[in-house]
Amino acid sequence: MTDPVSGSYAPALADGEPVLALRGVSKRFGAVQALTDVELEVHTGEVLALVGDNGAGKSTLVKSIAGVHTIDDGQIEWEGRPVSIHRPQDSQHLGIATVYQDLALADNLDVVANLFLGRELTTHGTLDEVAMEKRAQELLDTLSIRIPSVRIPVASLSGGQRQVVAIARSLIGDPKVVILDEPTAALGVEQTAQVLDLVERLRARDLGVILISHNMVDVAAVADTVAVLRLGRNNGTFPMRGTTQETIIAAITGATDNAVTRRAARATGPRPEGEA
Amino acid sequence: MSTPPTNPSGSPDPSDPLSGFNPLEPPPGLDPMPSAAIAPPVDPRLLVRQEGLRGYVDEFKRKVRGGELGSLPVVIGLIIIWLIFSLQNSQYFSAANAEFIVYYMVGLGMLATGLVFVLLLGEIDLSVGSVSGLAAAIYAVLSVEHNWNAWLAVIVTLLAGAAIGGTQGWIFAKIGVPAFVVTLAGFLAWQGVMLWLLGSTGTINLEPKALNALFSGNSYFLGGDIAGAYILAGIAVVGFGASGFLEQRRRKAAGVPARPTGELVARTVVLAIGAFLVAWILNRASGVPNNAVIFLALLVICDFVLRRTTYGRKVFAVGGNIEASRRAGISVPMVRISVYAISGTFAALGGLAIAATTNAAGQAGADPNNLMMAIAAAVIGGTSLFGGRGRVWSALLGILVIESINAGLFMLGLTLDIQYMITGGVLLAAVVVDSLSRRTQKSSGRA
Repeated sequence: MTDPVSGSYAPALADGEPVLALRGVSKRFGAVQALTDVELEVHTGEVLALVGDNGAGKSTLVKSIAGVHTIDDGQIEWEGRPVSIHRPQDSQHLGIATVYQDLALADNLDVVANLFLGRELTTHGTLDEVAMEKRAQELLDTLSIRIPSVRIPVASLSGGQRQVVAIARSLIGDPKVVILDEPTAALGVEQTAQVLDLVERLRARDLGVILISHNMVDVAAVADTVAVLRLGRNNGTFPMRGTTQETIIAAITGATDNAVTRRAARATGPRPEGEA
Repeated sequence: MSTPPTNPSGSPDPSDPLSGFNPLEPPPGLDPMPSAAIAPPVDPRLLVRQEGLRGYVDEFKRKVRGGELGSLPVVIGLIIIWLIFSLQNSQYFSAANAEFIVYYMVGLGMLATGLVFVLLLGEIDLSVGSVSGLAAAIYAVLSVEHNWNAWLAVIVTLLAGAAIGGTQGWIFAKIGVPAFVVTLAGFLAWQGVMLWLLGSTGTINLEPKALNALFSGNSYFLGGDIAGAYILAGIAVVGFGASGFLEQRRRKAAGVPARPTGELVARTVVLAIGAFLVAWILNRASGVPNNAVIFLALLVICDFVLRRTTYGRKVFAVGGNIEASRRAGISVPMVRISVYAISGTFAALGGLAIAATTNAAGQAGADPNNLMMAIAAAVIGGTSLFGGRGRVWSALLGILVIESINAGLFMLGLTLDIQYMITGGVLLAAVVVDSLSRRTQKSSGRA
């Protein structure tokens, strides 16, 4: 394992080639067709926002990449080679780290123990607490994460602090792609800003980031590319620059005329006669 | 002296700067994030221990308020128990009685040690009492009726305990039957197997051989020589002090916060006073019983395993958050099965120790009271019933409380009914303290 703090992320890829690509991926649960022919490309140093309404298949897609579900059809390519992902470990070994919405942290353990959980550093068969604490402090410092102490139980951290610890934890394994499932869902304004800052720092370290979010403001703030899922299918991939939020919302809802655009029009445009 | 900034303790005084290191200040060479431009209000949880004695006093007060009571309630309880019984009977506070307590605590203490592992997972093992009785019966049948080599019989007995525990753990972990039900079934079934093994006579007398000889009531460390107890106390103090100072040196070399030297010296001195006092008292009787030496050695080993190995870390992680452990790549079923195997092994060992006190394996070996006492000991000692928090030393502290009560009631000639009522009350008190401290911890954000 290279050092997650100062380790090099020299891309072994030709320019423009995605680090992770999904080609025609389908997934069925009994009678429910959750994903149909989904295409997705993630590049290093790119924040890809994956958006879609409830039930669009975002979670299924993410779980397929993370190895929780196996895909029925199609292909997952890693650095240009087709790979098969059957278990969470397969995904982790490739270099995909997933941070779930419900914060997979053990409350009773301190920050250091949580960061290294399942990947503890050892000397002579015993835990090397000193090395782990040092590395943890360095990692948190490089990410500008501020927590009271690395030796307090995670239970005493705030929601935002817990989320950044969970994200930092995914970096211990030196991944190339990080999947963030609704990282700001339960956070306050300032905590959301902290997490978005962290997402930008991940991009600066040349990681590919898949960001799942319902919050269009968050997406607009950090995403480079927006991939829209609708009813288990691709419904457009847009570069964030030069795309209006209305276009994305239209793709999410499947219509240019929908509740969101009507509301926006009411707010900005001339009021209809009847309401004046 | 550089104050340890990672110590989550001390005064919440925000004006007290962290000497040497400030986590609120971005590290050099990094762009401070925009939100850091406005200095955020100092987090009240950012706790820094003040220097000197005052800091320790403040830390102690804050911990008590936050519900981090640790061993405090049990130590206070122990002193109250000793005071009450000493007032009732002047013989209570004597070397002979201390020896009695130390000797008779070992069997149940071993049961409690195994239970600490199970409780750390947030589960329960109701079969330890029956397994301990069964183990004594297995050992008796093999060594006495079949004339096996005594040590071989001991090893087979311990393996049987591990297999029984592992099987129960497997049913719990792999099939998904609640541990409470699996071990309740074990509680009944293993008692039945024990009765069947013991046969019509119901009791098999043991010969003082092998482990049984070491566990018996007239076996003392170094033959009860006065030096024996002091050697043990010396080993404990030197080992504790050396490991503390070695760790301090390693942490300082690595540039991470370390305990100040004064604190290390104070801790070592306190341990030294305690250890040599106990050694002196036991020497006034017959010395340190060998079964207690074995018990303490096992506690040291278990403490090491739980706090210093990846396995121990896994046990705590599974006890804290099963889903997080699974996603971290920990095999939750393996941890569960192994923990129940450890519990079964300790139950077997405890069964041998209990049998050695009477030199016989009998039907009373699976006394349900043993189970309750062992669970009570683990919980009274401070291991949480809710999982994820506890230490093996709680088995020692808890069993000291239980045996102190038992010895006192025995001395006062009180009958079993009163004894049960009082032990039940103590257990209830321990569980209430556990639940209250957990609630306080939650409300102060530290659960």
